[in-house]
Order: sequence, then C-alpha cells, then structure tokens
Amino acid sequence: MERNLFKYIWRHSWREQVYILAIVLLLQVFYFISLDLPKRIVNDGIRGDAFKNGEVRVETLPFMQMSFGPYPSIGMPQVTLFNGIPLDQMQYLFALCFSYLFFVVLNGWMKQWVNTEKGRLGERMLRRLRFELYDRILKFPLSHFRKVKQAEIATMIKDEVEPLGGFIGDAFIQPAMLAGQALTALYFIFLQNFWLGGLTFGILAVQMAVIPKLRVKVRLLARERQITARALAGRIAESVDGAIEIHTNDTSNYERADIVDRLGKIFLIRFELYKRKFFVKYLNNMLAATTPFLFYLIGGYLALNGKFDTGSLLAAINAYKDLPDPIKQLIDWDQQRQDVQVKYDQVMEQFNPDGMLSPELQSLEGIQDVDPAPLAASNLAFTDESGARLVEDVSLEIGPDAHIAVIGTGASGKEYLGLLLGRLARPVAGQLRYGDHDLLQLPESVTGRRFAYVGEESYLFPLSLRENLVYGLKHRPVEPARYEGELQRHYERRIREAVRSGNPPLDNGANWLDLEGAGVASPAELDGRVVGLLKDVGFDEDVYQFGLRGRLDPVRDEDIAAEFLEARRSLRERLQRPDVAALVDPFDPARYNKNMTVAENLLFGTPVGPELAPDNLANNEFMRTTMRGLGLGDDLVNMGRKIAETMVEIFADLPAGHPFFEQYSFISFDDLPMYRELMQRTGKLGTEAIQREDRFRFVRLTFPYIEARHRLDLIDAEMEEKLLQARRAFAENLPESLRSSIEFYDPEVYNSQASVQDNILFGRLVYGQAQAGQKLGRVIAEVIDAMKLRPRVIEVGLDYNVGPSGKRLSTAQRQRASLVRALVKRPRLLILNNSLAVFDDSTQRRLAERINKIMEGGALVLITDNLALARLFDRVIIMKEGRVIEQGEVRELDRDGSRFRELVGTVAAAAE
Amino acid sequence: MGIQDDVEALKRIPLFAKVEPAKLKLLAFAAERAQYMPGEALFHQGDQADAAYIVLGGKADVLVETPSGPLKVAEVGKDAFVGEIGILCDVPRTATIQATESLTTLKITKDLFYRMVADFPSISLEVMRVLAQRLEHMNEQLRDAVAAKS
Repeated sequence: MERNLFKYIWRHSWREQVYILAIVLLLQVFYFISLDLPKRIVNDGIRGDAFKNGEVRVETLPFMQMSFGPYPSIGMPQVTLFNGIPLDQMQYLFALCFSYLFFVVLNGWMKQWVNTEKGRLGERMLRRLRFELYDRILKFPLSHFRKVKQAEIATMIKDEVEPLGGFIGDAFIQPAMLAGQALTALYFIFLQNFWLGGLTFGILAVQMAVIPKLRVKVRLLARERQITARALAGRIAESVDGAIEIHTNDTSNYERADIVDRLGKIFLIRFELYKRKFFVKYLNNMLAATTPFLFYLIGGYLALNGKFDTGSLLAAINAYKDLPDPIKQLIDWDQQRQDVQVKYDQVMEQFNPDGMLSPELQSLEGIQDVDPAPLAASNLAFTDESGARLVEDVSLEIGPDAHIAVIGTGASGKEYLGLLLGRLARPVAGQLRYGDHDLLQLPESVTGRRFAYVGEESYLFPLSLRENLVYGLKHRPVEPARYEGELQRHYERRIREAVRSGNPPLDNGANWLDLEGAGVASPAELDGRVVGLLKDVGFDEDVYQFGLRGRLDPVRDEDIAAEFLEARRSLRERLQRPDVAALVDPFDPARYNKNMTVAENLLFGTPVGPELAPDNLANNEFMRTTMRGLGLGDDLVNMGRKIAETMVEIFADLPAGHPFFEQYSFISFDDLPMYRELMQRTGKLGTEAIQREDRFRFVRLTFPYIEARHRLDLIDAEMEEKLLQARRAFAENLPESLRSSIEFYDPEVYNSQASVQDNILFGRLVYGQAQAGQKLGRVIAEVIDAMKLRPRVIEVGLDYNVGPSGKRLSTAQRQRASLVRALVKRPRLLILNNSLAVFDDSTQRRLAERINKIMEGGALVLITDNLALARLFDRVIIMKEGRVIEQGEVRELDRDGSRFRELVGTVAAAAE
Repeated sequence: MGIQDDVEALKRIPLFAKVEPAKLKLLAFAAERAQYMPGEALFHQGDQADAAYIVLGGKADVLVETPSGPLKVAEVGKDAFVGEIGILCDVPRTATIQATESLTTLKITKDLFYRMVADFPSISLEVMRVLAQRLEHMNEQLRDAVAAKS
C-alpha cells in the first residue's frame, strides 16, 4: 500500500479528480462574473454611467454583445459574434439583475454538483481503503494476531479511517476551489483599487501565518485524544472478555478505577482542545472583522474624495465578504491534511506487519490442486519471539497414507512441530516440501482444501451449527446466484460499484458450498454426510437433543413436519402401554389439562410474541371480555381469594428474599402485605361487592395455578367445564388483530412455534411421576428410531445457533464440531495438534480409532500427550526438547530398550 | 389428592406431629409428589442422599446388599418416613427402597428440609426431640441386650 496518502488518493482517483477540477476552474469564471455584476448594476444600471458617452447620452445599449479584439499586434480585426440586444436603461437594469440571479443560481448549482461528486469520490475511496485494510487482516502472518487487540483494529477500520474518507474527496478539489475563490476575490479587489487589494492581502498574510502556528498544539491534542480513545475501546473490550475474572476476583472496583483514570485523562485533553479551538476561532473572527472596518474607513475616504466610485466600493466589500471564509477553510484543509496524513501513517503502521502473506496464496486463480505426495521436513527449526529454540533440526517424512503419532513429554516442542506442519508458524530454518512443491509457497486453495488442521481449541462462528460444520467447503463461489428483473439490475449495480472502489466482485449471495470437495452430489447428501460424521465423533446425541428442542419452519420443512405429526400419533399409541400411560397428559381440545396453568388452559396454544404471553394474559382486554361474557369473573375471583388465603397463611413468617418466594409462591414478598390487607378488607364481602381493581388482583393469582402441581383442590369438574367454555369462546371470537399472536394446539397440525419434542409429545409431562422426564425421553426415542426419524431430528438440530465464539456449546462439543468441520472436506492430510486433549482418556481412544478409520488412504498426524494412543498408529515420532529423538514403525520400536518402550511401555500396559 | 391430604399425612409422622399446621402446609406445598411403579426404586444403597420420602400409599421393600444378593430387611407402607437418616447425617443411602406395588410418596428434598429446619426453630426442636427419643430407645434396647447376655 502507498505510504503517502496523497499519492494513494491520486493513483486511485486521478480521473475523477481531473474531471472535477476542470469544473471547479469553470466555476471561478462564474464566480468572477457574479462579483462583477453588482458593480455594473449600481454603476450602469442604476446610475446609468454607461448611457453617458461623455456628454452624449445614448438611448440604448447592446446587451450580451460578444466581440473580440481588435488586436492590432497580431493583425486581427474586431470579430463580432453577436451584436447584442439593444436595451434602454430600465430594460438594461432588469437584464443585468436577471443575469446576476442566473449566475448566482448557476454558481450554486455547480457547487452542489461538485460537492456531490466529491462525496461519491470520497466514499468510494473510503470503501476501497476499508476493504484494503480488511484484506490486509486476512493476510496478516498468524503470529501477528498475538500482538494486535481485536477491538482496536476494528475501531481503526470502522471509525478512524472515516475522516480520511471525508478528506479524500477534498484532497485536491478543496484547495483548488478555495484558493481559486480566494484568488479570484483578491484579484477582483485589486482591480477595484490597488490599495484596498494590498491591505486585504496584508491581513490575509497575517492570518495565514499566525493561525496555523496556534493550531499545531490543537493538532497534537487531537492526536492524543484519538490514541486515548482507541485505548479506551481496547480496555472496554478487555473488561467484557475478562468479565468472569473480574467477578471471581472481586476486581470490579479496580477496573472502575482504571476507567475513571482514563476518562479523566480524556476529559482534560478534550477540554484543553476546546479552549484552544475557541481561542483560534476568536482570533480568526477578529481579523476578519477588522478588514471591513478598514474598507469602510479607507474606501469611504477615497470615495468622498472622488477617487473611487461607490459601486466599486460596495463590490469590493462584497468580494471581501467571501474572502475570510475560503481562507479559513484553506487553513482548515491544511490542518486536516496534516492530521489525516498522521492518521494514515498510524493506520498503515498497524496494518503493515512483517511477513504479510503474498496475494497469490489466496488468489482464486493459479494452482488449485496438486497430486497427493509425501510431506517432508528437513532440518526444520523454529524460535519464538524471545529467541528460545522450540524446534530444532527436525527431519521427517509423512507418506500420503501414513498415520503418525507425535508424542513427547512436557516441553518437547511437538505442538510447535504441529503448527509448522499446519503452516501456522513459519520456520526460521529448514525446508518443508509437499512432493515437489515448497509447502510454504502452496496457495491456500490447495492447503485449505486438501489439508485440515484442528488445534487444541477452535473458533466457531456465531452461526448455526450446520454453517459451522460446512464452513470448510466455502472456498469460492461454485455457482453464481440467479437474480431476476429488478434484483438482477440491483446486483449488477452492486458489482459495478464494488469494482469501481477496487473491491473484488465477489457475491456472498452465490452458492459457495463445494459439494464436490465433500464428495457429495446434493445439499441433502451433504446433510447425510454431516450426520454420519457427527456420529463418528460422538456428537450425534447432543445434536439430536438440540433438534428435539429446536423449531422447524413448516413451510421449508413441510415434509419433515408431516413425519413428526406421524410420530405424534405413534407416540400416542405407545403411551397406551400401562407402564408409561400415566406419564403424559395429552393436549385435548375438549378436556381441561390439570398439568397446565389456568392461563395455558385458556389459551390452548403457543403464544407468538408478547401480546398473549402468559404474564400478560390477565391484562389482555379480549381475554377479560371473554371471561366477563361467560360470567367466569366471580369464579376466578373466588379462586384467587382461596389462593391468596393459603399463600398469606403459609408464607406469613418467611423472611424477605427467601428462595421459597421465587420457587413456590404466587405472591412476591413485597405484595404479601397488600394481599393480607386485601383479605382483611374484603373478607366479609360477597364476591360481587369487591371493587373492580381488587377483583383483578385476585384473578391475576389464578392464571399461573397448576392444579396437579399446586394441589389446592381449586378446580373441580364444574370449574373445568367453565374454563373449557372460555377456551372455546376465546378461540372462536379471537379478533383479527390477535390472530397472529397465537398458534392453537391442533392434534392434526404441526405447531411451528413449539419445539419438535413438544410437537411429538403434544401434551404435558404429568407432575409427581418419578423420573417421568427420562422415561418419556426413552419412549420418544423409541418412536423416533422406529420411524427412522433420528437423522431428521439431527438435521433440525443442525440449525442450532452456536452463539458468539460457539459459547452456547461446551468446550468438548466445540472440539467435536471442529473435528467434523475438518473431516467434512475429506482432507488428504489431517493434523490433530493436541486436539483431543479436552476429552477423557477413553473418549480420546475411541476418537483416535474412529478417525484412524475415516482417514484410511490419507495422511493423519496426531500430536498428543496421551502416550497410550501411540500404539493405535503405524508410525510414531518421539520428540524431546525440540528434537526428534526416535521415529519409525511402531512394530519395530516396540521392543525393550527403545525410547518408545521407555515412554509408552508402562503407560500402555496400565491402560490395557 | 389435594394438599390437605398431604398435610394430614405429615401430621401422622412423629417428626412433624407437633409442628403448627401452617408450617406443615408450607412443607406440603413445597414438597413434590412422586409416583413409583412396582419394581422402581426410590433410591439405591450407596447413592448420595438428596431427599427423604413420606409414603402416602402403597408398599415398598427395604433391601440391603449382601454378597449373596439383595436381602429384604423390612417392608414399609402408608405413613412411613424413609430416607431421613441420609439427609440428616449426610451419609450415603444405607439401603435400597423398592416399590412392590404402586407407590405414592411425598418427596422432601434435603434443601427443602434444611430450610424448614433453619427457618422454623419449632421444627428443629421436634427433630431433636424425636432423635433423642430414638437414642433413648436404642440405649434401652442396648441395656436390655446387655442384661440378657449377663
């Protein structure tokens, strides 16, 4: 990237710049005319000077006469293009005034055009710059990521280059336009009167000399402000990342102190900046104000002495009025120029680490594949930043179908060997070759597709699990997206604009899935393959659970929904079996469900959005009208009174904040006195005599009541019937506005708002059945397996969003996901760098066996601390203190006296 | 099968016999009902003790593991209070309890029990009294046994 900002801007935008500059030049002519016209209006139009040709007064003057010459020196006679229109004085005045208006409007319009063009130019350059910076992040050597703070880098691309974008449009045009404007005005004043011109020039010279000096300090402060603000952003990000440490160590106040200190510094800098800025502004205004004073004084004096006409004086003052502004802006521009150059330098410094990857390594063109070959290392060495030798003089060869375990204890350097083989660290000496190719020169299009690497922990993107698992297949757009009509035009425009800003014409809407790389023919097959691999790494059961708890889109997954409906029926049949019959209270539109709350019974559906959410239901106007209509009010009030009575009685002596309130009570501790008082006040009253507000307080208590759980014997057969009536009335009369706020339970319809499990279950777990959850889980699993639906459930589970950095998964789940991600692309070489460390020994063994099997025919390198795994491999490499101390076939090395025996022998014996 | 029935059942347990009805109601309200099929175990010998159970209906065997398989040492039925040693002394289950017919219990978790004891001194006094009586009873038996031997 260009070191000098101006060169950078010029190189990428000179065409537009030249074009706009030409227009700016033209603008100066109009500007001059708009300055000159007022003078002519006063002198010729109003006073009629031009109509007095000496003593002779002419009646008309030609308007808009266009003629050149005569220039006797080159022998050119007068050429008249247009004779003009003869006008009398009044007409002439009108003509002049309208011309003035015309030029002012034209001037304004062209200025606006120039500004728009400048804006577009600046935005394009900003886009280019941002993209280039992001592009550079993708090319950073991996070691650099240990040094940069993510929040700071993001702030740089997001905020700090933004003023650069604003400036880029102005880089050349602004000075040209302002200087042109200032010079034109100055020239005009000189034309009117030499002394006035000289005076103006003098004051401007002072302004231009003094103000920038004063601004040096302002600039330094501004820079400091930027650095402190960036550091603040970094610090805030650290607090977020370290939230757990802060809480577990009680250091929140220590962190507060740090932020207080930083904010204090920022405050001082900003305040100082303000003071200086306003002082400069004051000085500027003073200088600008003294000039007209001198104009009036000197110009007036000259005019009174008849050496100067009033029209010219007015025109000069008018011209001057326009002067300070461009000059000030010009000074501003110069400041800004220095600012942005500093900023640009800083950003460039951050984005220009040593060892940037060359663009060829990530190019879409060039070598896309190489033949399977052995990976050979010769005399490989690696040192860290402090110069410690971590890998030394390592030579080895990994055949295209070799399965190798790399073992060693403690600081053997084996992890670093893994990084070197995975190209994630650069050796300081030695060579790495893949067949005839230098491994370090192979483009990522080969290494990223043919090799796979899994480290000790892996990053997952905050997308669905499926997107994460097939992430390793998105190398290039396989098939362009097809757009139609308006969308196609929009797309073309998008791409055109991208190219103009130097962005690559890549479409994220295209299909990026390299199905061939995964060895499948269709996305459905890919899902099948992913499901298979999930099983291989022991992740299928977890994803199955995600699927049971997940929701599906009944439009997209219409056929799946039908199958799950079938499963619902099948489960219903199975639940006839006596041992499980009591587990579920099914949803039956015609029956009150004792295991649901009163609210759920009334709704009999899944609320969508907050409108009919259980907490809001008692407040819902339509629900209240329905109940009133059925005369259910009194019953509910009575029921609420009984609940309140019981609660007041049994929770009376509990202290505030007691967990029972949260776990079991309908009434919070704070509300308890209110209800106690309410009970006393209404105790003797008949239900109908209770005030409306109080009635509502009682009714509110009944909504979360579950008969089977709370066991207060409040809902008898009669009450059930009434509530069922309300349920029916509610569904039948539901107003249009609430239709989309609920999806009713219908035995024949898949409920898109409920989870897969709830859809199959279509009922409630019965309270008070020991281990009902587990038992039912088994029955559901039976149904799903009998109908061969497990893969479909897992597919739904693949939609599970893994959260930021995959934090909604456990460490082990994340690691299993990254194993699948590595295996899905069918790598020729798989490097597992301590990747199994998060698992327990037996899981490690199982995984190693499975992966050995899957990688048959390809190369596999497992770097591990679990020495016992070595026997599962053909070959073993033993490292110590950065060197290979023994390598060879496991069969041969497995003898007395070998280092292998020494290390693995006893451990393995213990394991077997 | 309302909460009132549970309160009555609690009253029949000596440990809770003298506790005020309001407290028993709270206990019953916070406790869960748990239903077991014949053959299902409330807990197994050696398990961590997490709850005590009051049998509201049905029958269960108390089994102790022996080298020759489980040995039935007792049978419990309605109004029995089982598993309380485990939660009071924090020791693993000393026996297995297995339902022999459909069994309904009221499950009082350790947490719930401790909270009740902590919040209501009257309950803890009752607990002490009952335990002391048991101790006295055991001593008596021991005395009798020693007397019989000599």
